Amino acid sequence: MIKNKSLVSITDFSREEILHVLDLAAQFESNPNQPILQGHIIASLFFEPSTRTRLSFETAMNRLGARVIGFSDPGVTSATKGETLKDTIKMVSNYADLIVMRHPLEGAARYASEQSRVPIVNAGDGANQHPSQTLLDMYSIRKTQGRLEDLKIAMVGDLKYGRTVHSLIQAMSDFNPTFYFVAPDELKMPNEYKQFLDERGIRYEEYTDMADVLPKADILYMTRVQKERFADLMEYERVKNTYVLHNAMLDDTKDNLKILHPLPRVGEISEDVDLNPKAYYFKQAENGMYTRMGIIAGILTGM
Amino acid sequence: MEKELKVSAIKNGTVIDHIPAENLFKVISILGLQNIPNQITFGTNLESQKLGRKSIIKVSDKFFEGDEINKIALVAPQAKLNIIKDYEVVEKRVVDVPEDIVGYVKCVNPKCVTNFQPITTRFRVIGKSPLQLRCHYCEKTTCENQMVII
Ligand SMILES: [Zn+2]
Repeated sequence: MIKNKSLVSITDFSREEILHVLDLAAQFESNPNQPILQGHIIASLFFEPSTRTRLSFETAMNRLGARVIGFSDPGVTSATKGETLKDTIKMVSNYADLIVMRHPLEGAARYASEQSRVPIVNAGDGANQHPSQTLLDMYSIRKTQGRLEDLKIAMVGDLKYGRTVHSLIQAMSDFNPTFYFVAPDELKMPNEYKQFLDERGIRYEEYTDMADVLPKADILYMTRVQKERFADLMEYERVKNTYVLHNAMLDDTKDNLKILHPLPRVGEISEDVDLNPKAYYFKQAENGMYTRMGIIAGILTGM
Repeated sequence: MEKELKVSAIKNGTVIDHIPAENLFKVISILGLQNIPNQITFGTNLESQKLGRKSIIKVSDKFFEGDEINKIALVAPQAKLNIIKDYEVVEKRVVDVPEDIVGYVKCVNPKCVTNFQPITTRFRVIGKSPLQLRCHYCEKTTCENQMVII
C-alpha cells in the first residue's frame, strides 16, 4: 500500500495508509525478529545528532535484517566541506534502497525526496515534521485505548513550538477527537492549527490549568516547557511548576487514561508518576521501534 | 489621451499599466525584462487616481503568456495589460494571482532549507487577500507584508 512512497510529512499518508502502518507495527510487536529485508541496504543519514531517534531507526533496520550505512555525526561527512544536500542525496541514493534522514533545516527532507531515486523517510527536519513520531504516538493511542475514534486528548505544555502536537492534531483529525489544549499564554496553540480544526468541525477547548482537564481525558500528552521559549523569564518562573504532572494529581482520572510524552522529559513529569500504571511514555518509546519497522518494511516490500 | 502621450506609443507589443510606482523595478525583475533585447520604455511616478503614483511599462514586440504575466500579480495586483497591434489595442487583460509561485519569492522562515541551499523556492497560494504563501519545503506561511522578491 505504501510501497516506494516517501514519508516526509504525516500528511503524505492517507488515513488508510496510516492504519496500515499501525497494523504492520502491531505485527512486528508480536514478532520482532522477522529478517525480511536481508539483502537490502538502508542509509541512515543524521546531519545533526539525535541518538534516541537514530538508535530506534537503526534497531528497526537491524531487526528486519537490512544492512545499514550512513553517518551519525555531520562532522565526518563531506557536507561540512560544502557539498550540497542534493549531491549527498544523489550519491547515497545510488547505493541504498531507502534513505532515513534527519536534518537541522526545515524542508530538507522534502527537497531530498525530489532529488533521490529511492524513498526518503524523514526522521526530523528542524522544527517542521517528524512523522514517525506521530505514527508511534497513534500506535500507542490505539493500543492503549483499543481505538483511535472519538477520544478525548489533552495536550499540555508547549503547544506553540511543539511540532509533535501539531502533527498529531493533523493526523488525529480523521478520527473525530476532542482536544483539550493546556498551555501558558506565551505557548498557546497557534491560530493556524485552531483554524484547521475549525474548518474540519473538530472540538477543542483551551485551558491554562491542567486540573481542569485531568478528570475527562483519555490521553494526556505532555510536552517539554523549555525556558528558552519564553521572552519573559519572569513568566517562565511563574508558570514552570504549573505544567508539571505529579502522581497525586492522577487520583480522579479515568481508568483508561494513559500518559504520553515524546521524551526526553526535563522535569514536566515527576518521577513518582513512573510507577503509576497510567504512565505509558517508556512503552511509547519502545513502540517507536515497531512503528519504524512497519514504515520501513511497508515501503520496501509493499507488505 | 494626454496621459498616454507621457510615454511614447508603440506599434506592436504590450503595455503594462497601473503598476504601483514603488514596485516598478520588481515587475521588471520578475519578468526578466533586463535580459531581453526588445525596446522597452517606462514611466514612473505618474499620477493615478487608484494608486496615487503609478508606473507604466511598454515592451515592443513582446506578448506574454498567461502564466508568465500572472507572476507580477504579487507586486502589481491591479495591473492592466493592453496588447497592441499596429498601434491599436486589440486585447485588454488583468492579472490573476497564480496557484503556485515558483522561483521569485524568498521564504520568510530563517531555518528553511531554501535559504541555505541553491534551491528554487516554491509556494502554494493559500490566501489571496491578503496574500498568504505556504512553502512547499518547510510548510511555513509567508504573508504579504513579509514577502521579499528574489
Ligand atoms: Zn520555506
